Amino acid sequence: MAWVNAIIQGLLTGGLYALFACGLSLMFGVMKVVNLAHGDLATVAGYIAVGIIAVSHVPVLWSIPIVVVLMAVLGYILQRSIIQAAITRGELTTLIVTFGLSIIIENGLQQFFTANSRGLGVGDSFITASFSIGSQISIAYLNLGIFVLAVVVLLGLQQYLSRSKYGRLIRAVADDREAAQLSGADYRHVFGIAAAIAFGTVAIAGICEGMITTISPTIGTDTILLFAFASVVIGGLGSLWGTLLGGVVLGVAQAVGAQINGSWETLAGYAVFLLVLVVRPQGLTSRGVQS
Amino acid sequence: MTETAKTSLRSGEPLKVTRSRRNVFLSGIGALAVIVVLFLLPYYVGPGTTGIMVQGLIVLTLASMWNLLAGYAGLVSVGQQAFLGLGAYFVLIPAMHGVTPWAGLFIAAIGAAVCAVPLWWLVARLRLGYFAIATWVLASVIMLVIEQISSVGGGTGMPLPGLSGGDAAVLTAHTYWAALTVAVLAIGGVYLLLRSKIGLVLTAIRDDERAARSSGVRVGLARMGVFVAAAAGCGAAGGVLAIEQLQVVPGTSGGVFSVQWTAEMAFAVIIGGIGTIEGPILGTIVYLVLQQTLQSYNAWYLIILGIVAIAVAIFARRGLWGTLDERLNIRLFPVGYYLWAPGESRRRKRQPARAGS
Repeated sequence: MAWVNAIIQGLLTGGLYALFACGLSLMFGVMKVVNLAHGDLATVAGYIAVGIIAVSHVPVLWSIPIVVVLMAVLGYILQRSIIQAAITRGELTTLIVTFGLSIIIENGLQQFFTANSRGLGVGDSFITASFSIGSQISIAYLNLGIFVLAVVVLLGLQQYLSRSKYGRLIRAVADDREAAQLSGADYRHVFGIAAAIAFGTVAIAGICEGMITTISPTIGTDTILLFAFASVVIGGLGSLWGTLLGGVVLGVAQAVGAQINGSWETLAGYAVFLLVLVVRPQGLTSRGVQS
Repeated sequence: MTETAKTSLRSGEPLKVTRSRRNVFLSGIGALAVIVVLFLLPYYVGPGTTGIMVQGLIVLTLASMWNLLAGYAGLVSVGQQAFLGLGAYFVLIPAMHGVTPWAGLFIAAIGAAVCAVPLWWLVARLRLGYFAIATWVLASVIMLVIEQISSVGGGTGMPLPGLSGGDAAVLTAHTYWAALTVAVLAIGGVYLLLRSKIGLVLTAIRDDERAARSSGVRVGLARMGVFVAAAAGCGAAGGVLAIEQLQVVPGTSGGVFSVQWTAEMAFAVIIGGIGTIEGPILGTIVYLVLQQTLQSYNAWYLIILGIVAIAVAIFARRGLWGTLDERLNIRLFPVGYYLWAPGESRRRKRQPARAGS
């Protein structure tokens, strides 16, 4: 039963990883930008939430929409300014700029907030509250809630991209920038919108990470970026459901690894990542060719 | 220095192609003089300054390697700290069995290069951004594996045996000479590599990968060669780092596997000028000056270095050296070719001459 429990816990954590991954996946899909600052931006969102809660004493859940809006605005501005400037100068510059941002943010957070980790107090009752199935499986409401939130975000994003006017515009620009431009779409603005959405999901991811464990300046890359990337690779490019599957596989692999040996948690996840990279580089769901 | 081109002018006059428009003899003498001065430095300055120079030389070695990767082979690796860390452990482990750390430096270079081969196989098919994060993951995996091995100190690290008991100032001087040797070999190695056939292959790939591939250039093999060579250089630098710190500490913040190392090498390359051998040297000087000026403000030097690197990447893509080169047309390490116009001679006053690279 302990194994079943581990798998269920891993599955729930996988939702969080999918949430980490969807912003990364979206920005790559639309702008072909691999945002190396992705994880650190999620950490920034977490710290903004910490700040908002400390100042205004709003409940954690209320801080989510505020931070999402703030991060979306930041995303639009960053995209229209330096990321766009980098894109026009080539992929090397884009990598340098996002890597630079990552290092600046991580060290900046360390300067201002020290290396100590902080939690987002959801209220102990909610963190520990859980329901049990049988004698050994207990599911925390918080973890379940985050998993459901992840599915809702992915589903919403999928629907938005396929149904709404802006969603169609984003897909058009992602498919063929020049053709979309010729049809009257300002691709820079569309990129900005896509970045705003990506940053919005990043904000949710950062806050969820803060609720489920703690945030510290270094988790941006050590945890969020690398796990997000592993999820994307495992699941396969270009599919949001693949991303969810990748996140779940990563989460389950980690949980099973932790069940075997407490210190193998992260390694077990990466072992699956490397296995997929070698055996099925296009990912579990995708049939296409890896770019 | 003059190479005879296979083709000749219609008039029958042979085309003259050299490595550089200027005479490289003088810059060669200059480089030699700089090395001699640097070699003699520990006799004239205190161990404090020598220690700072060791740091600079480590970053210089790393930056030259990153420049080779990103500037010439288009491989933007964010995981070079993996090889730095492996190098440190390849000095530590033999030292624990009685091998002197100085000999360990060779083991570090070779060991890191050997490790690079299977790692390359894992990331070879990934391009640019995905390659970057994948190397980052690999560095993380290598660190996690090493942290599991308790005989080399697990997650806390180990002091480096085999160097205790001597005069501290003498040890610093020896470390400095080791670091200088590694740096000179690294830069010299990059220079020779780029002047060899591999350099030509890399230029072909950079200009048009598809065309190079269809002309029979073995693109993957050339890239792998660069990846392995860069691993060897970073490994040797990691070995020097272990000797300098007299310990090997894993871990992502402050340890040998910290991404900060890759940040420093990448920023130095970008600021100095990517795709030139001189760039990393200039960038390292900028790094060292900033780091020493701001050393009492923790990581602020890295933040400022990052901001400068972003600004340079956007506004002056060729970096400091590239900008200088544009104005003055100087090449201390010519790796390209210069095609002389018929009748042009070295003596002629400066024309808007264009050096092909």
